[in-house]
Amino acid sequence: MAQVKNITAPLTDEVIKTLKIGDKVAITGVIYSARDAAHKKLVDLIEGGKDLPFDLPGQAIYFVGPTPAKPGNAVGAAGPTTSGRMDAYSPLLIEHGLKGMIGKGPRSESVKDAMKKHGAVYFAAVGGAGALISKSITKVDVIAYPELGAEAIRRMEVKDFPAIVAIDASGDDLYEKGKKEYGIGA
Amino acid sequence: MREVDVKQIGDAVRDLAISTNCELGERETEYIKKMLDVEESPTGKEIISMLLENAEIARKEMIPICQDTGFTVIFLELGQDVCLVGGDLNDALADGVKRGYTEGYLRKSILSDPIKRVNTGDNTPPVLHLSIVPGDKVKVTLAPKGGGSENMSGVCMLKPADGIEGVKNFVVDKVIASGGNPCPPVVVGVGIGGTFEKCAFLAKKALLKPLGERHPDPFYAEVEEEILRRINESGVGPQGLGGRVTALDVHVETYPCHIASLPSAVNINCHASRHGERVI
Repeated sequence: MAQVKNITAPLTDEVIKTLKIGDKVAITGVIYSARDAAHKKLVDLIEGGKDLPFDLPGQAIYFVGPTPAKPGNAVGAAGPTTSGRMDAYSPLLIEHGLKGMIGKGPRSESVKDAMKKHGAVYFAAVGGAGALISKSITKVDVIAYPELGAEAIRRMEVKDFPAIVAIDASGDDLYEKGKKEYGIGA
Repeated sequence: MREVDVKQIGDAVRDLAISTNCELGERETEYIKKMLDVEESPTGKEIISMLLENAEIARKEMIPICQDTGFTVIFLELGQDVCLVGGDLNDALADGVKRGYTEGYLRKSILSDPIKRVNTGDNTPPVLHLSIVPGDKVKVTLAPKGGGSENMSGVCMLKPADGIEGVKNFVVDKVIASGGNPCPPVVVGVGIGGTFEKCAFLAKKALLKPLGERHPDPFYAEVEEEILRRINESGVGPQGLGGRVTALDVHVETYPCHIASLPSAVNINCHASRHGERVI
């Protein structure tokens, strides 16, 4: 495994340019959680010309709905959910400045097109490693839609959050390349 | 008749909800460890190591293995010589779910209506599969089912002429097309026969079998092995990022079938293949 690249969030264009598929990264800084219901609300706000609960430019969104934190912990298990369900919403968010997405599973062509056009990156976190990932989330505040419970938008402070660059800003896709590399007789 | 208090069944549900979500089974852990030698992709190896480390943290701290603590699927085998006392069984099951998910700090993922989408707040109701069996015991098996892998499942009403090759192709294609979505390495349950709903149930029930255990009928044991081999030749790999270990195992369950039909179903679980049981 290649060496880990330490990066900070929010993300800059300079950093994004250096990230290539297969890179192992450790993300430190601030990210925001949002999944199905929150994405619908964010897109409705943008389409209605309204302000979002957080400034989008440069930010990374983590597709996650954590379990409740045990007393003394910042968060419960907090692994990624399936990103494909956010495909309908992500292009508009990318167009409005979203630079990073963290989730699991492949993305649609329209998401990849938007990523290439606006210079965004998609990180794969390990689905099924929610307890391990929770150790890299140091502080969590619900900043919008508390009524959505696990689906509320949370501001998360992270330290060395482990992820792999799955689709980079040039449009290279590790889901396609990795499968080709290891497939037998396909 | 032996009397069993429904509260005891509710307590079993509460305890199993917590243990199945936080503790990866010993057999599963050992099985996954072996995959470190099978996997060739460095990224894939790294992911498998992370899943093992994750299981260790979850077990020690009783934090869920995965944030998706699932729909509570309960298989209840009720001995016909048992007389249930102490109230409504369905209330007792729901109460067990509520206590388990609240006291165990598990995520509440259930909506009261599929279209209006309002969270019930306590992960109720469960999905109950009840069967009446001989004897005076009650066996509670609980299998929390995550949405990501469940969404990749399917039923296909094949033609009898499609035969076993048709079933194999359907299952292999379905799992490969799922790619990284169901968090590979996955465990695959296959239902063959019965009716439309029965074969889906069989696929789910097949997921309860221990990793590495083959079907008692050598014909289906071979089918399981072939499907597993073909899935792992796909190159999908851990998390869909490329590699040799896409599935840990494949289990087949069958049932008698109508002369006109060949219902087939596939249900997918992640590596944890969470389930546990208690006999009362």
